[in-house]
Amino acid sequence: MSFPWAKQYEPQQPLMKWLDEKLPLPRLVYNAVGAGYPVPRNLNYFWNFGVLAGAALAIQIITGIVLAMHYAANAGVAFNSVEHIMRDVNAGWFIRYAHMNGASMFFIVVYLHIFRGLYYGSYKAPREMVWLLGVVIFLLMMATAFMGYVLPWGQMSFWGAQVITGFFSAIPVVGEPIRVWLLGGFAPDNAALNRFFSLHYLLPFVIAGVVILHIWALHIPGSNNPTGIEVKDEQDTVPFHPYYTAKDGFGLGIFLLMFVLLTFFSPNLLGHADNYIPANPLSTPAHIVPEWYFWPFYAILRAFTFNFLWIDAKLWGVIAMFASIALLFFLPWLDSSPVKSSTYRPLYKKFFWVLVFDVLLLGVCGKMPAEQPWVVLSQIGAAYYFAHFLIILPIVSRIERPAPMPNSITEAVLAKHADDMSAAATA
Amino acid sequence: MASETNLNAGIEEGVRRRDFINIAAVSFAGVGAVAVVLPLVNQMNPSADVLALSSTEIDISAIETGQAIKTSWRKQPVFVRNLTATEIAAANKVPLSELRDPQTLAERTKVGKENWLITLGVCTHLGCVPLGAAEGEPRGDFGGYFCPCHGSHYDTAARIRKGPAPKNLVVPPYEFTSDTAVTIG
Repeated sequence: MSFPWAKQYEPQQPLMKWLDEKLPLPRLVYNAVGAGYPVPRNLNYFWNFGVLAGAALAIQIITGIVLAMHYAANAGVAFNSVEHIMRDVNAGWFIRYAHMNGASMFFIVVYLHIFRGLYYGSYKAPREMVWLLGVVIFLLMMATAFMGYVLPWGQMSFWGAQVITGFFSAIPVVGEPIRVWLLGGFAPDNAALNRFFSLHYLLPFVIAGVVILHIWALHIPGSNNPTGIEVKDEQDTVPFHPYYTAKDGFGLGIFLLMFVLLTFFSPNLLGHADNYIPANPLSTPAHIVPEWYFWPFYAILRAFTFNFLWIDAKLWGVIAMFASIALLFFLPWLDSSPVKSSTYRPLYKKFFWVLVFDVLLLGVCGKMPAEQPWVVLSQIGAAYYFAHFLIILPIVSRIERPAPMPNSITEAVLAKHADDMSAAATA
Repeated sequence: MASETNLNAGIEEGVRRRDFINIAAVSFAGVGAVAVVLPLVNQMNPSADVLALSSTEIDISAIETGQAIKTSWRKQPVFVRNLTATEIAAANKVPLSELRDPQTLAERTKVGKENWLITLGVCTHLGCVPLGAAEGEPRGDFGGYFCPCHGSHYDTAARIRKGPAPKNLVVPPYEFTSDTAVTIG
């Protein structure tokens, strides 16, 4: 499951030799993220985001376990227990703000990780399984983040739970019983809060499990790289350690810097003031909005304001929102171009940037109230999102004429090096 | 091992006793697994104490014509509105063909009590509480209720007229226990 020239683990100390015979855990680590994993030599900084997502997950799990020591999942006291964490628990404010902003940082790096994959064609054969598991992780993250947001039992928590579980009531006939079953009541209350807490504690460990599968599946073909050309021989790769442990370490430093800037100087920048008002089942806030990382999907949900065919607007919105993510499962087969990297795909590259703009536009629409011009913009944005994957991508991958490609990673690297040298010489 | 196989082959043709035992054992284990899943799924349904809140008494004597109150049934908001004659007339004037969820005001109220409009305060879109029950709140383009979350407008009979909601505001089961008291549920 690795290249034949991968370095072999050879323990020197007697204790490590003894351990290697009984339980070869150090060997596993060595082959996964040590010198035993050969990686393309030309990775750029966009390849940092996988490790950063792993770090963010670790931060969420650690801060989350600590918060659970002080939090009480009971509708009567949940809000006050969060205030107790903020005011009374030693360093509680820091741990909670780190957990709150850690979720945002997690989504930031995961979105960059996803768009890196889209730009460099990392979802294509032979890495389809890596992509599919990644989409599963993304879905699990969304479920976890949603349930976590309910726990403080503020106004946004409560109404978020009401609206999101309301999605299920759009399903014909069985929808309402499913909603009541999920909530354990007719509206969000103690039963819902308790089960959300239980699942919010469980799912991160499920995510960690799927992350292991994601890395396992990645290490069979090995990492993609900015040229999208597969590794051909030893000179195309360098060992993960020390080359990429060092590069990822540098990236991690920048990531942590951003994280503490946000946590210490603007901890509520990405939150909503309404969530510091205790949940009130009899009054909806004037403007309900999810956390920023759900805005594009929320915009797609709200884009359907009219009944169409025999399906009503509400069900269309819910179907479209789920489909916008489910679509990603089919991506490896919607794009049939054998060329992976956008560097050599002049036409795809343009549409990639249009998609980035479209998702950002949907994000803004999701934040804004359901009024014009945002409704029309989210309709256009949602239509384009689906068109990108279902129409544009299959056509582009058939008609596009790729740019000339180097024969190997090494050739690409040396050509770039020669260009730099001649540029330096002429300068 | 080889002799045993030969022995079995000699005695049994077609379906062997062992095949039957395998299928029976696995099927029985499957039935057992399903039997265990049932309580695990059912535990998530509303518990007895949640269901016990399923009827609420309200005193409507203090609600003047044109006023509405917000109360709560099964932890969900309920609107009780004392309709004015104008509002009743406006509701009755609308042809049913214009409605997304066709219902007359009479079908949504009790005989002889057409002025008492009792509905859940839960938007049928995604469950927000519509505005319009309290004094000074916007009542939408049709003079009933307006949901601020995704912009659904309800008319004076709390029927959906505009926006993403598919249905009229739900009329819960209720009865008048006297002229001034209503039991919901």
